[in-house]
Amino acid sequence: MEETKPNLFKITFDGIEVEVEPGTTIMQAARKIAEADRSHDALVPPAMCYYEPLKGTGGKCRACLVKVTQGSAKDTRPMPKLVPSCITQVQDGMVVENTTNPAVLEARKGVVEFLLINHPLDCPVCDQAGECHLQDFAYEHGAAKTRYEEERRTFDRHDLGPYIQLHMTRCILCYRCVFTADQITNKRVHGVMHRGDAAEISTYIEKAIDNDFSGNVIDVCPVGALTDKTFRFKNRVWFTKPVDAHRDCPTCSGNVTLWYRGEEVIRVTARKNEWGEVKEFICNTCRFEKKNTSDWTIEGPAKVLRSSVISANKYRADLVKKPDFALKLANSQYKPIDDSRSYTTDQDQIRQLSIENNDKANHRSQLADKN
Amino acid sequence: MAKKILTEYINVPGIDTFEVYRKHGGYTAVEKALKTMTPEEVVEEAKKSGVRGRGGAGFPMGMKWSFLAKPEGVPRYLVCNADESEPGTFKDHHLMKELPHLLIEGMIVSSFALGAHKSFIYVRGELMYVIRILEKAIEEAKEKGFLGKNILGTGYDLELVVQPGGGAYICGEETALLESLEGKRGNPRNKPPFPAIKGLYQSPTVVNNVESISNMPWIINNGGDAYAAIGVGRSTGTKLISASGHIRKPGVYEIELGVSVDEFLNSDEYCGGVRDGHYLKALVAGGSSVPILPAHLITKTANGEDRLMTYESLSDGGFATGSMLGSGGFIVFDETACIVRNTWNFSRFYHHESCGQCSPCREGTGWMEKVLHRLEHGHGSMHDIDLLVDISKKIEGNTICPLGDAAAWPVASAIRHFREEFEWHVTHPHEATQPGAVYMGSAALV
Ligand SMILES: Cc1cc2nc3c(=O)[nH]c(=O)nc-3n(C[C@H](O)[C@H](O)[C@H](O)COP(=O)(O)O)c2cc1C
Ligand code: SF4
Ligand code: SF4
Ligand code: FES
Repeated sequence: MEETKPNLFKITFDGIEVEVEPGTTIMQAARKIAEADRSHDALVPPAMCYYEPLKGTGGKCRACLVKVTQGSAKDTRPMPKLVPSCITQVQDGMVVENTTNPAVLEARKGVVEFLLINHPLDCPVCDQAGECHLQDFAYEHGAAKTRYEEERRTFDRHDLGPYIQLHMTRCILCYRCVFTADQITNKRVHGVMHRGDAAEISTYIEKAIDNDFSGNVIDVCPVGALTDKTFRFKNRVWFTKPVDAHRDCPTCSGNVTLWYRGEEVIRVTARKNEWGEVKEFICNTCRFEKKNTSDWTIEGPAKVLRSSVISANKYRADLVKKPDFALKLANSQYKPIDDSRSYTTDQDQIRQLSIENNDKANHRSQLADKN
Repeated sequence: MAKKILTEYINVPGIDTFEVYRKHGGYTAVEKALKTMTPEEVVEEAKKSGVRGRGGAGFPMGMKWSFLAKPEGVPRYLVCNADESEPGTFKDHHLMKELPHLLIEGMIVSSFALGAHKSFIYVRGELMYVIRILEKAIEEAKEKGFLGKNILGTGYDLELVVQPGGGAYICGEETALLESLEGKRGNPRNKPPFPAIKGLYQSPTVVNNVESISNMPWIINNGGDAYAAIGVGRSTGTKLISASGHIRKPGVYEIELGVSVDEFLNSDEYCGGVRDGHYLKALVAGGSSVPILPAHLITKTANGEDRLMTYESLSDGGFATGSMLGSGGFIVFDETACIVRNTWNFSRFYHHESCGQCSPCREGTGWMEKVLHRLEHGHGSMHDIDLLVDISKKIEGNTICPLGDAAAWPVASAIRHFREEFEWHVTHPHEATQPGAVYMGSAALV
């Protein structure tokens, strides 16, 4: 007897063919290619706002724009504009260019620049440094220099309840936390106020998000805008060791990652998949109140993410896989990227990078942080 | 005299009341459509008329209506876009305050065509007094049996709701408008899905401009073919133009599409020419979002043909040498206008009005404004001019809604046509920052 298979759509992405189910987005199709063959990781469009487990995310940051050069087998015309791959569904016979298309790389470089012009570049004092998607995005797709000479926009820091701090100046308005808050609570207390580049994340009138799962906004935040106050300034991620563990929790699955410094658990987070996404949200008790090894059953070392600085040689220029074209483009339009640094340890690299790129901004925000 | 479709009776005293409006042929289109036509026939007339959306994009209205999805058991909505906030555009305001019943009659006929039983007029929040005028007119129409249950005994029900906006330009973008109408933050939605499939409350929805809908009574009374006979080619019918700037007679004019720009600008029937003692420098033909044109490309196209007030002729030459009819906001600049200052002013507006959802527009509009501010105030460099062009390119086409494009085009076109003037601000910062200082061409530099 023949099995009834759903009709699969065949698409070509950067010259690679893949078959996916109808309803799949271009982004998911690209991820499927990478999941089948890890050497294609660099082909996957970057996602700064899309977050697969959260309904409604995507389409905002424009980091994932790609060129559709053939709409489908039936309608072979190209799409007139670049489209966000995270929310654009595939059609049978669609042909997509990502790293092979100069317009895409140009636009993406623009998005990096736009996201950075008002960013404080305070990585040296930011708890997110080392696991920040904006750092990765800028490193992999941006130019080495900024052309922005104006004042940067700043906001005051706010506490969102006892555990979470909002550092709005670092926010890229990806709306992930807004969707999280929306989907974990039935009260609308967390959202966006004002508009344009004055828009800010807010819990109206600084009302704390009072929900057992509110801590998850920290994990979904791609940058250091929402940080864990129990971890604040405790350590740098690259000094910590992630270990998977679980406990019998009445509220959530109890499956977490513990971050050790020596013998001490200094942070608890949900587990993230290879795309930096949390599949199982955890409760605030597990996250903020269980910081003893004795609270947990240890499973073993956590899988280190592609995006983590803990993964060996993350920022070694000779090992970083950049699409050839991106390198060519970067070389042709801006000053050459300085790839001649010497590499000793990961810490040195990070320090050096931060120092080179962020001198002024660091100084400013360090001063600000002292006050 | 040119044909008037919308404004023929605008000066009749009391035309904003039901009685007077009715005496001048008002609401006959409702009687005709509801009693003698099917909804499909009304849509067919709209298609035949060739009338194009008057909100800016110029999409054929009948065609838009025919795309409306009609799933069983799901309500359909008609929403009238009366958020008019584009700098230079003030025609809908004029039409609604003078002829509220014309819009209401258009809404009834259009709702009937689309099978909508609850329709909305989303009015710019600053226009509170217009909202009151509309509400009063709706009450009158309801009393006379033209709105509400079982209209004129035909069994057709329609409720018409006037909704004030919150005063944000972005809520004029159709999907932001729908979000706002649903009581949410006015963020534009990603498309697809288009409103015709999933609009208000996820139901099929048509959004049309005030002026587009106000054409419907005439089209029903006189037929789509009669409407299509007015105008030139695919620019059928008449259009309201709100003329402002350095002209002798600013105001709102109804023109037959196809009048030449020269006639519209210089004849006494319309703008009456550039104000006395001054000469034409530039024109923004269709509201602040469209590319600005320099004097030599205003009355003639690049090929030396007469430029006409039509969708096609105004965009002749693409963005290199053309512009757009847009929403009909006709802004005239004489030689006393500083293009750099004006560009900065427009770009300040878009920076202020960006909703902030997508990175290119949120960050890029502010960046362009700051660089333009610097140039205008004598602190710019030559490199800034190219930087502006590059930023505008990186915004254009890469955003969720067309506000990004609308912010990019005025900057790109001003530099395309007036680069010398930008350069003068860099090379002559002292002169350029004197009060009222304007670049007068290379001769003045000596
Ligand atoms: C930023 C922005 C603002 C807009 N503002 C208005 C407006 O105030 N009034 C309007 O009718 N259309 C406006 N539009 C166009 C609408 O999105 C939509 O195209 C129009 O309402 C459709 O009606 P029409 O086909 O009758 O023109 C705006 C579009 C954008 C991108
Ligand atoms: S705070 Fe973080 S998660 Fe929330 S919108 Fe900003 S960057 Fe995104
Ligand atoms: S283009 Fe601007 S206004 Fe439109 S959705 Fe993006 S940020 Fe908002
Ligand atoms: S990830 Fe697709 S737009 Fe942000």
